[in-house]
Amino acid sequence: MTFSADQGTPVLEVSDLKISYHGGERYHPVVHGVSFRVEPGEVVALVGESGSGKTTTAQSVIGLLPANGHVDRGTIRLNGTDISRWSDRQFDTIRGARISLVPQDPGSSLNPVKTIGAQVGEILEIHGEARGKELERRVLALLECVGLPDPELRARQYPHELSGGMRQRVLIAIAIALKPELIIADEPTSALDVTVQKRILDLIDELRAEYGTAVLLVTHDLGVAVDRADRLVVLQGGRVQEEGRASEVLAAPRSPYTRQLIADAPSLSRSAAWVTATARSSTGTAATDDVVVVEQLVQEFPRPTRGEAPFSAVDHVSFRVRRGTTHAIVGESGSGKTTTVRAVVGFQKPTSGKIEIDGTDLSTLGGETLRQFRRKIQLVYQNPYASLDPRQTIFEIVEEPLLNFGNLSRLERREKTLAILSRVGLPEALATRRAHALSGGQRQRVAIARALVLDPQVVVLDEAVSALDVTVQARILDLLDELQQDLGLTYLFVSHDLAVVRQIADTVSVLRGGRLVDEGPVAQVFDHPGSDYTRELISAIPGRKHPAFA
Amino acid sequence: MTTLDTIRSEIGADGRAGSSRRARLARLARRLPPGLALSWLILATVFLWAIAPALFTSYNPVEGVGGAQLKRPDALHLLGTDALGRDLYARIVYGAVHSLTGAFVAVGLGLIVGTTLGVIAGSVGRRLDDAIMRIVDVLLSIPPLLLSLSIIILLGFGTVNAAIAVGLTSVAGFARLARSEVVRVRRSDYVEAAFGSGGTFRAVLWRHVLPNSLTSVIAIAALHFGSAVLQISTLGFLGYGAPPPTPEWGLLIAEGRNYISTAWWLTTAPGFVVVLVVLAANRVSQSFGKVTS
Repeated sequence: MTFSADQGTPVLEVSDLKISYHGGERYHPVVHGVSFRVEPGEVVALVGESGSGKTTTAQSVIGLLPANGHVDRGTIRLNGTDISRWSDRQFDTIRGARISLVPQDPGSSLNPVKTIGAQVGEILEIHGEARGKELERRVLALLECVGLPDPELRARQYPHELSGGMRQRVLIAIAIALKPELIIADEPTSALDVTVQKRILDLIDELRAEYGTAVLLVTHDLGVAVDRADRLVVLQGGRVQEEGRASEVLAAPRSPYTRQLIADAPSLSRSAAWVTATARSSTGTAATDDVVVVEQLVQEFPRPTRGEAPFSAVDHVSFRVRRGTTHAIVGESGSGKTTTVRAVVGFQKPTSGKIEIDGTDLSTLGGETLRQFRRKIQLVYQNPYASLDPRQTIFEIVEEPLLNFGNLSRLERREKTLAILSRVGLPEALATRRAHALSGGQRQRVAIARALVLDPQVVVLDEAVSALDVTVQARILDLLDELQQDLGLTYLFVSHDLAVVRQIADTVSVLRGGRLVDEGPVAQVFDHPGSDYTRELISAIPGRKHPAFA
Repeated sequence: MTTLDTIRSEIGADGRAGSSRRARLARLARRLPPGLALSWLILATVFLWAIAPALFTSYNPVEGVGGAQLKRPDALHLLGTDALGRDLYARIVYGAVHSLTGAFVAVGLGLIVGTTLGVIAGSVGRRLDDAIMRIVDVLLSIPPLLLSLSIIILLGFGTVNAAIAVGLTSVAGFARLARSEVVRVRRSDYVEAAFGSGGTFRAVLWRHVLPNSLTSVIAIAALHFGSAVLQISTLGFLGYGAPPPTPEWGLLIAEGRNYISTAWWLTTAPGFVVVLVVLAANRVSQSFGKVTS
């Protein structure tokens, strides 16, 4: 074991670190005097939203700042040695051996043309640790250690043959290969499903307990940080807002920003502001007023090889949504939830089954009638960066649906567009901007405005808040709630995030592998899950180690 | 999303909002690489030659001066004279208009025909797509020079016909690029969102697909300009372009070839000009590509 630091010196001590980026002649400070320390064997979480400087700080520790990044001031001490101004060549000797990195995106962090075995072996070879038969043996041992089934087979496979969770395990195997003193895990699970996330974080925990490695966990998810870290460092705008033991920070946050973060994290708090529609109108409308009816929906896709049975993405799924309520469709990637809603909004003809929206049977529609039908149901996409045309102004984007159903004069269109923009909380000054000048939250507001401008009955939200930071997400959820109350909208809310679903939905369907495994009112499904899968999903929600807040 | 992305977009955002247009141009000029500046200068000069050749030389490009045949370059004749006593510099200056209009016609033709085919193939899809793309594949499989020679033989000789022949050889490239861009844009969320908000096929094509897919096509058009100049000179050199005594650059090189051992400047000077223009056009179009991407 190379882990040898005496208890006196911290593994990592960052003090008064200031980092800036230089874009052309522009100078952009991003980290302003950040200080923190990581003791041997400790897990410290750097928590913050995008733009808080958490990734930049972590990159500087391992000497991987982008070319235009520069450490202006401060020191980074690794076991007492200042490495903040080291050259790449100096870093080569410690990267992998004494500090290692578990990167964010398992999809793009492995070399697609090399086998898993070769990539894990590479780090041992570079540092001259092993070769030949010995190398092979160590690689297999590592793969086994991170819990990959059948390591000999995996070592011969290529990255595309492995799932996201398996790839992340391979990256962890590479990171722990030389038993470093410090592992930097940069959002190691944000691209993974909740149940996979839980397993990966458990694995990091186990390995830490086994080797005594310190972990610097970079995350935007306060729930994950609270669950896994001994201490939290909360960053905002490149400054440390708060630092302390995880449980203490959570119980008694000192800075208003931390308080805000905790309040906005759906897994840590039950927001009082959101009253679900069922709770709102207990008197209720007639129970038969179902605006969305899906019965025995089947969606099959042909496989590329002929003669094989078609792949069925959605397999006999049924649900009903009452007018004015929120129905959530929950599942992991590949569960068929997106396929289901694409059929519901009429982008795909289902293989079989019936879909009725506000009394209209979708199978009877086509061409012009389908176009007219689109006024009733609108879709808000997951990624607010891809769903807005980069060449249109915000005004043009929101006005466009009105142009498509052209029965309004120019002036009326203008009035209506500006009214809906202010309704979703966007200042009029933004109307002439293009999408790239807006933040993620603002863009998602634009997408919502575009969906609402036609006065639809049903709005389908396909992971509409998943790409946003927690505080932004909380504001968007508030907005959606407000709009539902004022306009009597029905929401079909697709999500993998059960914490959010619990907060906002009235009823829920849980999908797995295209099949419906659980359904019913949210309280019932969460308190008395009808299937093991639902139970597993619920137990994987981060932040549940602290039941006082769950 | 990483921190870096945010910072980049922030830099972009206030760069657009904050500084005025003039300040930005001034900054651009200061940062202009010398190679690019020189390229712009070359293209501007050649362009001026084409518009107002009389400003640059007082000699007549087609009528020779008696007794001044095959003179070496000197103060009187900057680049010397040819076998008929015509000033070579004047002929190059007057020839610019032929090469440039030829290149413009060729690129314009390739751009319009190719992009139209590509957009139709990419947006309509299925059978029509297959049909168009197979024709494009056939076009691509014929060597460009052979193709343009065959077209010229069908159409007859002349500057415009040579330009058409060169233009048709680039149709395939434009069609492929336009199709791939259209297919990329068509798959994007915002196009689906536009259909979802009730857009008709034509409206979506016009509002979203075309504006977003044509930027890289335009950048490639600039790149094709240089190679079009070269191809037209090639056709001129082979005698398929403008007939003598037109001072077309390729033809100048061909005419000088007979005197290459005694009067090297007759081939070297026009050849050098062609090379410079092609290099300059490539450099400039490269900078376009960077800006648009």
